[in-house]
Amino acid sequence: MKKLLLLTVFTLATAVTYAGGYRVSLQGQRALGMGHTGVAVVNSAELGFFNPSGLVYLENKLNISAGVSAVFSDTVWQNDEFGQMARTDSPVGTPFYLYASYKVTDWLALGLSAYTPYGSSVAWEDDWAGSHLVNNIELQAIYVQALASVKLSKYLSVGGGPIYVNGSVNFNRNLNRTLTDIDGNRSNVTVDASGVAAWGWSAGAMFTATEKLRVGFNYRSEIIIEAEDGDAIFNNIPNSPLTPFANTNFDASLPLPAELAVGLSYQFLDKWLFAFDYNQTLWSVYESLDLDFENPGIPDSENARNYKNSSVYRFGLQFEATDRFTLRGGYYFDESPVQSGYFAPETPRNDSNNFTGGISFNVNDRFAIDAAVLYSRFDEIEASYDFYFENGQAAPFEGIYKNSAITLGLGVSYKL
Amino acid sequence: MKNYIKFLPFLAMGFLSCEPELDNPIDEADFYTAGEADFSNYVALGNSLTAGYADGALYITGQENSYPNIMAQQFAKVQVTNDFTQPLMADNAGGLLLGGTQILSNRRVLAVGANGNPSPQIYSGMLPTTDITNVLSGPFNNLGVPGAKSYHLGFQGYGNIAGVPLGTANPYFVRFASAPQATVIEDALAQNPTFFSLWIGNNDVLGYATNGGAGVDQTGNLDPGTYGANDITDPNVFASVYSSMVTALITNGADGVLMNIPDVTTIPYFTTIPNNALVLDTETAANLTGFFQAVAGIFAQGAIRDGASPQQAQALAAQYAISFSAGPNRFLIDVPVSQMNPLGFRQMTEEELLVLTINQQALTQGYGSVVLTPEVMQVLGLLQQGGQPTPEQAQLVLNAVSGIDDKDALDNEEIENIAVATAAYNATIKGLAQEKGLAFVDIRALINQLANGGIAFDAGTINATFVTGGAFSLDGVHATPRGYAAIANAILESINTTYGSTVPKVNIGNYGTVTLSNDVQ
Repeated sequence: MKKLLLLTVFTLATAVTYAGGYRVSLQGQRALGMGHTGVAVVNSAELGFFNPSGLVYLENKLNISAGVSAVFSDTVWQNDEFGQMARTDSPVGTPFYLYASYKVTDWLALGLSAYTPYGSSVAWEDDWAGSHLVNNIELQAIYVQALASVKLSKYLSVGGGPIYVNGSVNFNRNLNRTLTDIDGNRSNVTVDASGVAAWGWSAGAMFTATEKLRVGFNYRSEIIIEAEDGDAIFNNIPNSPLTPFANTNFDASLPLPAELAVGLSYQFLDKWLFAFDYNQTLWSVYESLDLDFENPGIPDSENARNYKNSSVYRFGLQFEATDRFTLRGGYYFDESPVQSGYFAPETPRNDSNNFTGGISFNVNDRFAIDAAVLYSRFDEIEASYDFYFENGQAAPFEGIYKNSAITLGLGVSYKL
Repeated sequence: MKNYIKFLPFLAMGFLSCEPELDNPIDEADFYTAGEADFSNYVALGNSLTAGYADGALYITGQENSYPNIMAQQFAKVQVTNDFTQPLMADNAGGLLLGGTQILSNRRVLAVGANGNPSPQIYSGMLPTTDITNVLSGPFNNLGVPGAKSYHLGFQGYGNIAGVPLGTANPYFVRFASAPQATVIEDALAQNPTFFSLWIGNNDVLGYATNGGAGVDQTGNLDPGTYGANDITDPNVFASVYSSMVTALITNGADGVLMNIPDVTTIPYFTTIPNNALVLDTETAANLTGFFQAVAGIFAQGAIRDGASPQQAQALAAQYAISFSAGPNRFLIDVPVSQMNPLGFRQMTEEELLVLTINQQALTQGYGSVVLTPEVMQVLGLLQQGGQPTPEQAQLVLNAVSGIDDKDALDNEEIENIAVATAAYNATIKGLAQEKGLAFVDIRALINQLANGGIAFDAGTINATFVTGGAFSLDGVHATPRGYAAIANAILESINTTYGSTVPKVNIGNYGTVTLSNDVQ
């Protein structure tokens, strides 16, 4: 098994490198320790995200898991033809989760989840070379979900529930590469929308073949954040009828794509657990980021994205070292949904190889502290965004990008 | 085990300090090379074009986009360099004050008029605040002095405020000369530059050109002390001062680059107002033709009265029987009264040029052709009926001819004077570059390219069309930031070729063109 695992890892690592738009896979420290696998792992209330159908298998009546991560992620870009270089100084991202489940009867568990599967915070230096595409962006979506998990037979359980999303976005970019006011301050726009509500759902199934082997399936629906009457604030606009940019409202929609997960877990040698998950994120829904300004005098902003569906391959291993300590390790390969020519610096992610480690410390029978660390390794990538136009002529924005990301996570689990 | 856990955060912090690093970052010392050149202390000498002058004024953002400043920023990517200092103006209004009194006007901006049409207007959104009595302390790497001619760079007292009202000093140089008697070249040498650029000589013909050749071609006069502001500098004077400056600049081993002088007749200042903008309908064309037949007749009669033979009179009069046709017609210009052209006007030739500053309103009201008053019409009617006008009436007709003034046009002879002098200057510049092993930039070819097809960049092309072409600012002479960026690229290319350096060019698409503002009067 181990050999097979290693071989698979190696093969993937040498394949074409491709990470994941603004999907942030940090929905449980225990799962994260194991490469963020979990669709077939019955371990804690983290199932409230990974596969709600498994909640009914949790031994205790009440299970609670909560945690928060600190994402330290930055990007450097350079264009050696023109001697340009820029680095992001992005704020630390803090995705969090809170899961609770309660076993009502032997065949029914109910749960409540809150988590943040999508988000992005990227801050380039203002007026950098790609400022006509983005200066900074802050995207946040909080999912709140009510869950039910039902055991249909010894072998099969199903679960799921409705999701309420509260989203917000704040985005600033310069209007183009050259427009300034009389003093040379670059003309820019900030679009801001918050408290945008939307609904979706997720559902899963778990098949327990033997005590040791489980297979899981989970699907989370696409949710489109429809920002209506957001604020568009224009700054440093020249006083000229030729630049009719005045503060107005805007409509825009941003997809939080559907995600499919299938996977298995296998317990061996008593204290070991192996898990594999395959995720597909249905990014192809993200065709274009369009801002429709209310003021008819202001041209709408259309930005082609044309993402493609992307896959993630996850492998995890858990070892119950002692009664007090559980150790975890994992790897996943995260394929970028960005296609060639569409590499925009607001989500400058390419494919990544990800290495994870984790530990749980059982303070007592009920309470455990979970910690995880994630190191994402990105290859340098030469990429361009070819769909920025000036007077109808494309002016590609190109260069070499390199990302780095490290994530520290801390959580608690409680069972009663 | 427990003990290890508490180290986990520290381990993680170690990872965090690892910013993303590229395999070959451009900020690594050996990514670009300076080759045989040393850009550590770059000094730029020249005139308005070097200063970053644009839109008829000098102002901060223009200076920031001067070609020397653009180049200096690129040099800094190649090696460790001194800060490139410029004598920045106090504002973006442009314009200069002398003791609180405005002596030079504000910049131009592109404003939309009540009729919806954009046109260059004087910016009035703020009052100028740059007073030349406020002398800056240098040294300054950018020694471009707007208005300077070749011989001014070595002229003592060019920065003496007392000479400003007299026209012997330059208000821009007054602001940053190290001392009232210091010369531009002295202030350059005092900085011991490792690298220099010299682009001078444009004004040695430009003042003559922009004033329609109203000045004097001083070729043959070797004393620049006797030259007027709008004269052409003698090419030998140019050669002498230019070579002595270059020699002084390279004495300490500095490398450098020399730029030649463009053909001023290709810039929008001379190509925007066509000389055949007299657009007529059939009836008006016929009327004008009739008018000039009357002029020729009146002239012939007068000549015969004054004793000329009828053949002589007819021969001279024939030049005034100008015929016009429907559509565009070339304007008339005034020329000196001579025996061959006693009335002192003629139609423009195809090559002759009008200046951008000509009164375009007047052109629509008869300037450049005929101002037909009712009184003149009356005389024409009389002539048509075969009547005989009185001498006063005849004179009225002759006076109605309104040729374009010398100051508003470049005639063939003036164009030739400019071309001859420019060619001589350029021969000197190129010869010196070759002789001294300096980089040379054919700016003349660059500007010609702008006028004939343009220069491509990542989102289009810039050309020499006024306002919309992207290369020339709203004064029709100086460049936009994008135009200066194109110039900087051409210079960098020549430097790289000459010195084996790899200074990166700039993306001219990142530099702006004309500035929009409706803060105008």
